[in-house]
Amino acid sequence: MWTPLEQALARIRAIFAVSALDKELDRELESHIAMLTDENIRRGMEPDEARRAALLRVGGRESTKELHREVRGLPFLETLAQDLRYTFRTLRRDFAFALFATLIVGLGIGASCTIFSVINTLILRPLPFGDPNSLVWIKNNPGTDAKDLSSQTIQVNYLRELRELSKSFSAVGAYMAFYGIGDSKLIGQGEPERLTTIPVSQNFFPVLGVEPILGRQFTEEEASGNRNFNGNNGPGVVMLNYTLWQRRFGSDPHIIGKTIDLDGQLDVIVGVLPASFDFGNIFVPGTKVDLYIPFPMNDQTNRWGNTMSAVGRLNHGVNIASAQAETSILAKQMNKEHPNMNGFDPFLSPLSQHINGTVRPALILLGAAVGVVMLIVCANLSNLLLARGATRQKEIAIRSALGATKMRLIRQMLTESVVLSFCGAVLGLILAILGTRMLAHLSGFAIPMLASVRVDGITLAFTVLVAVVTGLFFGLVPALQISSRTLHGSLKDANRGSSQGRGHTWIRGALVVSEIALACVLVVGAGLLVHSFLQVLDVNLGFHPEHSVALRIDPDRSYDNKEKQNAYFNEALRRTMEIPGVQAAALSDALPLGRNRSWGAGVKGRVYARDNYPDAYVRIISDGYFKAMGIPILKGRDFTPDDGTNSRKVLIVNESMARNLFGTQDPLGQVMDSNAIIVGVVGDVRHLALEQGSGSEMYLPIRQTTDYASVDLVVRSTLTDAQIAPRLREALLPISPDLPTSNMRPLQTLVDKAVSPRRFVVMLLGGFAVFALILASLGIYAVISYSVSQRTQEIGIRMALGATAGGVQKNVLLQTLRLAAIGMAIGIVTSLLFAGALRSLLFGVNSADPATFVAMLVILTCVAAMAGYFPARRASRIDPIIALRSE
Amino acid sequence: MAEPKADILQGTLDLMVLKTLDSIGTMHGYGIARRIEQIGAQALAVNQGTIYLCLIRLVQKKWISAAWGTSENNRKAKFYSITKSGRKQLADETENWERVSGVIGKVLQLAPRR
Repeated sequence: MWTPLEQALARIRAIFAVSALDKELDRELESHIAMLTDENIRRGMEPDEARRAALLRVGGRESTKELHREVRGLPFLETLAQDLRYTFRTLRRDFAFALFATLIVGLGIGASCTIFSVINTLILRPLPFGDPNSLVWIKNNPGTDAKDLSSQTIQVNYLRELRELSKSFSAVGAYMAFYGIGDSKLIGQGEPERLTTIPVSQNFFPVLGVEPILGRQFTEEEASGNRNFNGNNGPGVVMLNYTLWQRRFGSDPHIIGKTIDLDGQLDVIVGVLPASFDFGNIFVPGTKVDLYIPFPMNDQTNRWGNTMSAVGRLNHGVNIASAQAETSILAKQMNKEHPNMNGFDPFLSPLSQHINGTVRPALILLGAAVGVVMLIVCANLSNLLLARGATRQKEIAIRSALGATKMRLIRQMLTESVVLSFCGAVLGLILAILGTRMLAHLSGFAIPMLASVRVDGITLAFTVLVAVVTGLFFGLVPALQISSRTLHGSLKDANRGSSQGRGHTWIRGALVVSEIALACVLVVGAGLLVHSFLQVLDVNLGFHPEHSVALRIDPDRSYDNKEKQNAYFNEALRRTMEIPGVQAAALSDALPLGRNRSWGAGVKGRVYARDNYPDAYVRIISDGYFKAMGIPILKGRDFTPDDGTNSRKVLIVNESMARNLFGTQDPLGQVMDSNAIIVGVVGDVRHLALEQGSGSEMYLPIRQTTDYASVDLVVRSTLTDAQIAPRLREALLPISPDLPTSNMRPLQTLVDKAVSPRRFVVMLLGGFAVFALILASLGIYAVISYSVSQRTQEIGIRMALGATAGGVQKNVLLQTLRLAAIGMAIGIVTSLLFAGALRSLLFGVNSADPATFVAMLVILTCVAAMAGYFPARRASRIDPIIALRSE
Repeated sequence: MAEPKADILQGTLDLMVLKTLDSIGTMHGYGIARRIEQIGAQALAVNQGTIYLCLIRLVQKKWISAAWGTSENNRKAKFYSITKSGRKQLADETENWERVSGVIGKVLQLAPRR
């Protein structure tokens, strides 16, 4: 016997071999009839008579064939194949409609799939680590604001002890959070280039479960003896990020063991990380990370204070709550044992949450928005199909007269809508592939994992699901509508220009109203976000980024003492100032909206409790910085080149710090615990984020300290960015021959990057809102112009009875606006209900912002009026004579 | 689709075809139809075409096999013959049939209660 599978296959094959099998049966029946005829002739019949008797005896050949087909094939699939053939024929005939529907569904599905890919990458797909669910992020001082790295990071010895004592963690890895972007200068192998190096604990990659694709992990000796850190003289080793290996070394498979020249020091390459793991992409979105070096976790680095960002791997069977409980207790003990160390107040969260937490609300919003867009798409297509169904009444009537059952008609209609939806899905998939590729290549967007967004199997499955659901959804109403019309009714209706049944009009009106309401919600959401975005851009930064650029010019190793370094700075500034067009030039170790660190900043002579010692963000700068940045000096003076190693230690504070420490007292002349005297007060700068006010901030002269990790030259000039780069390189060539200018960045890019996640959401949501508006206007247009064409006779009669063209036009426009008004009323209520959910994404705007709602009302009314205008004009031009003659 | 009543008919027709092929060996559709009519069965009373539905069904179940050949009157025809699994099926069905008809027969022979 055949297996069920074989049988099924034979049956499916039978469907596609219909004609061949039919022919075979035909031949068989023919031979049967011939034999029967022979027999009849033998019995004495006339040949003609014999054949007729035989034909009768065998029975209806067509019905036998039909039954035969049913037995040998799968009737369901065969019907489907029939429906599909019919559908393609219909759609080919109505090509414009098919194209339009495909386009709408395609845009909708393209948008959904793109957003789904992002959600899939950031939220659904596991992180590219081994067993990512047991990884936790260990944050210090959970109460502090989101961007102050100094309080969030952990001192080295706490982590070392945590490893020893904790029973919850099988391992704790960490990276040094105060690495500098572009800290290492790569020399040789082409243009010199600034690279970003992340110092990681020896076990960092093993804890994450990331294996190098080439080479090996760091060893303990390499970490503890790394000569990159003070006093060590062990080997210098690095691991390469995949992108650097590919870009700079042409994916050289024999790279392990070769050396790389970083700032004039040769380090050995011991490993290359896999493409799936990109540190920047995951931990510091928007930053390109190139190299990893092992970081020594010892008493010496412990003295650096809070520096480490830590990731722990939970032991099997330990949940995060119990790990939190244990770690908190351990931290309390450790705090007591080390009164001289900074505080440790650990807070554990799943690593995935740490990584996608900040963008999660925005993604959920975008997901919801795309869902709304799909609903509008469905409503629109339902409407189109209804209109089309009305013109197809005769065809349907004939089909049902020929015996098509109601089920069969519904099936035919649904097949059509699903086919349309699948055509759209194909287009949508192409759009989604393009869209995700574009998103993945967005640089400078501070959104985690964005670079790994792509269309994968899950997205593909999602697309198919969406296509089917969409097809059924938008096809259902029209299908039911069409098949519910009786044969009698539709034949009677078909020739008369009378209005359609009430139900029909009602459904189409309801569809348009819901389209408008949904568009309303999207426009309000997008409006609120755009408004917030404008508010953010409007924020007083405290500095003027226009016409300023920054360039890393860290002194080489050859400037190995403070005097030489100061001389280098003097020379660099002098040479820069000589470039024609340069108005101001200065140095800084930390530009705004970048990395942050804070130091203790107590006033001399005051006594503070341990937890209350004030701290402030630190910037180490040269004279002229405030001019180059456009920060106003409010009181006192700027630094001068004479504030050097041998003169009195000075500092400048910002307004907030002056207020926080001294209230109404005069801050000038006050002395800090560090013995520095305050010589000036400057305006606040938004250095954490545009949305966040400044904290205390202090500026130290670069010539009085060595405590900077990087030096940026900030230049304000009348030159364009393209003009200034070669001139800077030329000017600095004598003192810094290997200077890479590739990383010169206008200060505006710092601001752009800071607002990039917001811009991302605004762009997408704005796009959806526009799409929704277009769809809604199309929906309105379709319904109104349909109703005008249905009412041609009625309007003709009205005009014959004296209605003016203007009156008719007004009538139609009012009809349009009535629909729009109902839709907007529903939309406003819905928006008010859901706008609260947006609150976390808003800035400087209330979720019930009246301006946004009014703007939405105006926009939608205009759109509706425009959509209604064309049919209204057509109605007003109806010639009563012609309209009535056609009756 | 197929009604329960048709199923019974189908079943009996299947059994008759199998039995026919079992006893006379290879035969074409016309021959089988003739044979069944000669026995006096009513299964094909309305139209003989029905036999081909039965035949394709049996072929799909691999109880019979089919091949084109030439009849005694030199006509092209498709010849069917019973397969090994067809014989087994026939045996099973026959046994089943006999048991059922035996039971039914006994039931029908019960003396009516007066």
